[in-house]
Amino acid sequence: MKKSENPFYDLSLKKRHAKTKRFKLFTYSSLLFSLAFLLFFIVDIGIKAFPALNQAYVYIDVTYSEKSMRSPRAAIDRKYKKIVSRAYLREIPKHIEQNPSLLYTTVKKWVLADDQVDQYLKGHYSKLKAKDKVFVDELKKSEILQLKFNKTFFSNGDSKVPEFAGILSSMIGTILTLIVTMLFAFPIGVMTAIYLEEFSKDNLKTQIIEININNLAAIPSILFGLLGLAIFINTFGMPRSSALVGGLTLALMTLPIIIVSSRAALRGVPNSIRQAGFAVGLTKVQVVAGHVLPLAFPGIMTGSIIGLAQALGETAPLIIIGMIAFIPDNPTSILDAATVLPAQIFTWAGMPERAYIEKTAAAIMVLLSILILLNSTAIYLRKKYEVKW
Amino acid sequence: MRSRFLKIEEKLVTLTLLTASTISVLITFGILFSILFEAIEFFELRSFSYFITGAEWSPGIENSRFGALPIFSGTFIITIIAMLVAVPIGLGSAIFMSEYASYKLRNRVKPILEMLAGIPTVVYGFFAAITIAPLIVDIAQSVGLEASFNSALASGIVMGIMITPVISSLSDDVIRAVPNSQRKASLALGMTSSETILSIVIPSAMPGIISAILLGLSKALGETMIVVMAAGLRPNLTLNPLEDMTTVTVRIVDALSGDQSFNSPETLSAFALGLILFFVTLSINIVSVIMIKKFKEKYKVNTL
Repeated sequence: MKKSENPFYDLSLKKRHAKTKRFKLFTYSSLLFSLAFLLFFIVDIGIKAFPALNQAYVYIDVTYSEKSMRSPRAAIDRKYKKIVSRAYLREIPKHIEQNPSLLYTTVKKWVLADDQVDQYLKGHYSKLKAKDKVFVDELKKSEILQLKFNKTFFSNGDSKVPEFAGILSSMIGTILTLIVTMLFAFPIGVMTAIYLEEFSKDNLKTQIIEININNLAAIPSILFGLLGLAIFINTFGMPRSSALVGGLTLALMTLPIIIVSSRAALRGVPNSIRQAGFAVGLTKVQVVAGHVLPLAFPGIMTGSIIGLAQALGETAPLIIIGMIAFIPDNPTSILDAATVLPAQIFTWAGMPERAYIEKTAAAIMVLLSILILLNSTAIYLRKKYEVKW
Repeated sequence: MRSRFLKIEEKLVTLTLLTASTISVLITFGILFSILFEAIEFFELRSFSYFITGAEWSPGIENSRFGALPIFSGTFIITIIAMLVAVPIGLGSAIFMSEYASYKLRNRVKPILEMLAGIPTVVYGFFAAITIAPLIVDIAQSVGLEASFNSALASGIVMGIMITPVISSLSDDVIRAVPNSQRKASLALGMTSSETILSIVIPSAMPGIISAILLGLSKALGETMIVVMAAGLRPNLTLNPLEDMTTVTVRIVDALSGDQSFNSPETLSAFALGLILFFVTLSINIVSVIMIKKFKEKYKVNTL
């Protein structure tokens, strides 16, 4: 029988099948688009960050004398004036102070080069004059000037001079801030979860707390910054820009994440464990503290690490409470002015010098690596300790 | 004796736990009141009606005026652009993962897609400002249009990508929760797979999908770093997405990172804007929660 003779044959079928194909293609391509974007994004940042791996260094004589204590420029040959980093020269008196035996000696060593020289060597736009460029090319040929691994980036704090800027002070600020966050958010989050799952009765009080936690998770992060500014800084008088205020503000944001994941972990512990405990005469506190909590602990840890990872990437509320200050030295306590890695990324992204672009991208790579590390730890913990009841 | 001690212990522990859980309630009220009081102080200095309807925002000068209309419009347009990117891509990915992809593929792709949600927003901001914005300027130039380096389009697109996983992840869960019997009934009647999805599955999952979209919307409205880094500072009342615009969150950051005294209207205006943001996102969230609750009750699912 021909199709046209079939009384049940739907003439629009061909069209309908074409439409189905188009629709499937649309859903497939939208997924592909997201994945392609992710790839493009990571490759783009990676390419921008790559040059920051190396930094230009120049191999020259450094003379430590009384004269160079007073004016550091005297420590190097005049012809290298434009080659050597000014920020490095400024450090020379400090070096002598720290190590007096250096005085009256001349040391030949690798010295940090200026960012314009560095950018020129990397083939980027540079403000160097033509004759300086020729000189740089000469130095490069004789291998006095080289791109070497950029140690400065990991061992220095922030600086207004691009070649001297590093992430150390912001890393230490990040660690201090996150310690405060976890000290506050972890116990309170876990206690709230235990109360809601194990002790509370389903009454109005519990419902209000539950609705609240849901809402808290949906409040834009910047509003937590307003809270931190108005309450922690203006009402309680805590020091502005400090890791204490930053940590507390982030703790408030991390709290709902920890509560929700801890509740899920507690709910995963089967009731038979509790009933067994009660059957041998344990009190509720003993059952929860001795049996339910240890069993739920891996799940609680996983959730807390994910919460920690989110707190690590947060910037907006920290800007509001002033954690974008210029911090060249490492903070030593939670009361010192500090900055965190995402805030450092933000400040560097706003710098006019081109050399900061690669620094920013490199700092992003460091931040993303830490995030991936944290999240994989969370997944590993979950896989390792996951119990199938 | 021992049992009395245990009873006291039990009471003490319960009390401590209850205190800990009330802290979350305190935080919400802390946010509300800290913003509210400063906002009231602002409205004592400047009129509320002009704040809502006025078109001129000029802080920092004598006779400064605070009409937030251009700020609201900027927020609105950037959010619309973000939703135009995120809703089709997010829903499309969700439908592919739930209806077409194999179980194995879905389990592999979903975590990768969720990586997009885990990237810090400051990183997206850098990407929008350094890569996407110049790209848009170039493309606009090649078709003879003029685009700003702080165009609303750049931050809108990147913001859309950022909220895509928010929409796709929840929509995927919701679509999968629609009972299979519905799909089978439709296919048995001779509908094609796309007709089944579009006229049976999606309408069934609608409350959940709307809830997911609203969640994305509230995320877009409150997003700060992308717009701070990639959108403009200038309040600009326009519909052209290639021009620079500013948003509520950008103005909050700008007002509070300057060095005016805390009680000046410039600083306090941040709290007035924050108050509006708080109520708008809160109401969107409440609607979203109600929607998902409806869906759960209809299909009796507990996994969402």
